[in-house]
Formats: sequence, structure tokens, C-alpha cells
Amino acid sequence: MQKVSLEINGKKVSREIEDHTLLSTLLRDILSLTGTHIGCDTSQCGACVVHVDGKSVKSCTLFAADIHGSKVTTIEGLANNGKMHPMQEAFKKLHGLQCGFCTPGMVMSAVDLLKNNKKPSDQEIRDWLEGNICRCTGYQNIVAAVKEAASKM
Amino acid sequence: MKGFNFHSVKNVKEAKKLASGKSAFLAGGMTTIPAMKLRLASYSDIIDIKNIKDLSGIKVSSKSLKIGATTKHAEVAASKEVKKAISSLAHLADGIGDPQVRNRGTIGGSIANNDPAADYPAACLALNAIIHTSDRKIVSDKFFKGMFETALKKGELIQAVEFQVPDKSCYVKFPNPASRYAIVGVYVAKYKKEVNVAVTGVESAVFRCKKIESALKSNFSSSAIDGVKISSSGFNSDIHASSDYRAHLIKVLAKKAVAGCK
Repeated sequence: MQKVSLEINGKKVSREIEDHTLLSTLLRDILSLTGTHIGCDTSQCGACVVHVDGKSVKSCTLFAADIHGSKVTTIEGLANNGKMHPMQEAFKKLHGLQCGFCTPGMVMSAVDLLKNNKKPSDQEIRDWLEGNICRCTGYQNIVAAVKEAASKM
Repeated sequence: MKGFNFHSVKNVKEAKKLASGKSAFLAGGMTTIPAMKLRLASYSDIIDIKNIKDLSGIKVSSKSLKIGATTKHAEVAASKEVKKAISSLAHLADGIGDPQVRNRGTIGGSIANNDPAADYPAACLALNAIIHTSDRKIVSDKFFKGMFETALKKGELIQAVEFQVPDKSCYVKFPNPASRYAIVGVYVAKYKKEVNVAVTGVESAVFRCKKIESALKSNFSSSAIDGVKISSSGFNSDIHASSDYRAHLIKVLAKKAVAGCK
């Protein structure tokens, strides 16, 4: 067993967990933060993307023990006092989702993109979202939503 | 996934002490963890090496570029030093997997794994890289042994990869649209007295294409490759590309790489 301490969405969390606990398992099964989705569970689909120390990563391919002491932001941590993050607003406004399964990962990945690239082109958005798969194939509106968010942030 | 004991170590000595026939070093885990989840691999001990300070970072001299084993792909891709010294290497790092993989995956992990379709092994062969390990220095030509096999011994830890700065170079790959692994990738590097052409994605492990190298040595231009005959015998053949198609792609990509050399 490992004692893992993290700061998740601004709150300090400590848990005794099995050594092989994945970050996605810790978030969903132990902390009930089920906004982070598991799609493929083989690090291809990107539904499980969260931020660890400010960088987007796939939480299904990360041991929780490996990031002891880190700051984690999940989709639940984006809204501020009940007000949606501009990226969430833009996805809602422009129908950047259909079934919504991939959306938490798309949003977390896109937020990371805008940290380093304030005004990405369509191609840059598509390149960045390479690791996020939408099986409804709703990419046009996802790209439009990321551009809309970029103009508001 | 089967259970294991997780160890986070602070120095190479500690890492080596814990290593055994049933352990694995963990850097970014971008291959190790999926392999464990699929039960293709299982270990009794996972030794996390990313907190060993000396293993990360980029050092440039006039002749070489040395990248620490736990340096992430995203760091190599964004590095001004790498872009200045060997821009093709930064470009290669920027094309590995996706942004989330590049935020975790490391150069040491990539070459230790030696996936037949990985990008970094091609860079090592083309750029005359020396692999610095905890025990010795290994030249790239003797490092990549076969499918997922390297010259590394049990408990031997890669510490850095030292590339020789070429006069000009270029890496071009035809990526699998889903994984971004190379269906075929060709790395061309021109030095004063030699031309190296490394090919990945085609056989059980990366290799140097001597035929194209000798054609380019006398005439470093795309057209010099036209007359080269590449036999597809022994090449990988799968749902993504037949062996003949891969043979064809080697020449197409090599020509593009020569044209793109800078």
C-alpha cells in the first residue's frame, strides 16, 4: 500500500491506496469524481484527460503513487463558484458535444492548449486534439467551440 | 493489471539496488503501463526513476547534443537548444503520439522499449547517438537488437542519449493515423564524411538502409534514390500496410527527407 497525498481541484486529499492504483481509478472509484471518463482504457481515446501540475495527461495511464504531492485539476474543478469555465460555455453554446462522453477530456485538453497558444488556428486545434477521440465525429463544432473559447479567454 | 510494489528512488545507486529480473524502471510509463494493463507484461517491482535529478535535461556543445533519459518528448520538442542544434530532432519529438503522451513519455523510455515503429530509435541510428547507461557507453549500431530488444542488461539504466550534431538532417514519417506510430519513418542525416539513413516501422527493429546511404554518399540529392532497388523481403506486413507498400514508402520518404534536409 502507498500513502498518496494530492491537491485535487484545490482540496488536499490523502489516501492509502494499492500501489497499482491508476489516477483514473483513484478519481472515479475512490473519490467519486466521475466526470473523468474511461473510454478505451488504453491511453488512446483521451476521455480521461486531467491536468497534473498544469499539464494535460491521460489519467488512465498514470499511477497515482507516481504523482504524489502533485496538483490535479479534473473537469469538476473548472467551474468557478457555479459559473462554467469559458471552454465549457463555448462547448454548450456551439454544440461541441453530441453524446458527451468524450467531452470532459476534450475540454481539459483544449484548456491546456490555450495556456500555451492563445489564438490557435483550426489546424493547431486539430493537431492538439489528436489524442482525443469523438466517436460521434462531432469535430467541426468542437474546433469551433475551442476557437470561441479562445476569443473569450 | 497484476499488483506490484512501487518504489520512488532519488539516485541511480538506489535504482540499481532495487532492480531485479522481475522489476521495471518507470519513467513516463507510456508503454510500460499499457503493456501491464493488457497483461503483456507484469513486474513484482516498479522503480520510478523520474525523481533522479541528473537524468533530466538538455546539454549542447558544438559537436553534440546530450539529452537526459527522463527528458520528456514535449521538452525536447519545445527546446530552443534542440531546435538550434538539430531541428529535425525537435520535429521528431513533436510528432510522437499526442500532446498528453508527449507530456509524460521520455526519450530513455522510448529507446529502452525499442518498439519496431518508434521514432527515437531512428534518430539514434541516423545521428550516431551514444547511449550513456549506468554501466557503460553503447553506440547505437550495437544498441538496438531486435523487436523490443536492446543491448541493455538487467538493472542497467539509461542515463542520457548523446547525438552527434549533423551538417543537415530531416526526419519524415508516414504515421498511422490513429496512434501516430510510424508505418514507415526515414531519418536522413548528412555529416562531412558520411550519410546515415535510418528506417523505422519496417522490420522487427530499426535499421540503416545501406543502399540509400551509398547512393546519397556520391550524390546527395533526391534523384540519387530513384535507381535504388529495395526488396520487401522480411518487411512487416499488416492491416495498415503490406511489405511492398512499406518498401515503396522507404524511397518516397527518403526522397522527401533529402529534399527537406536543413
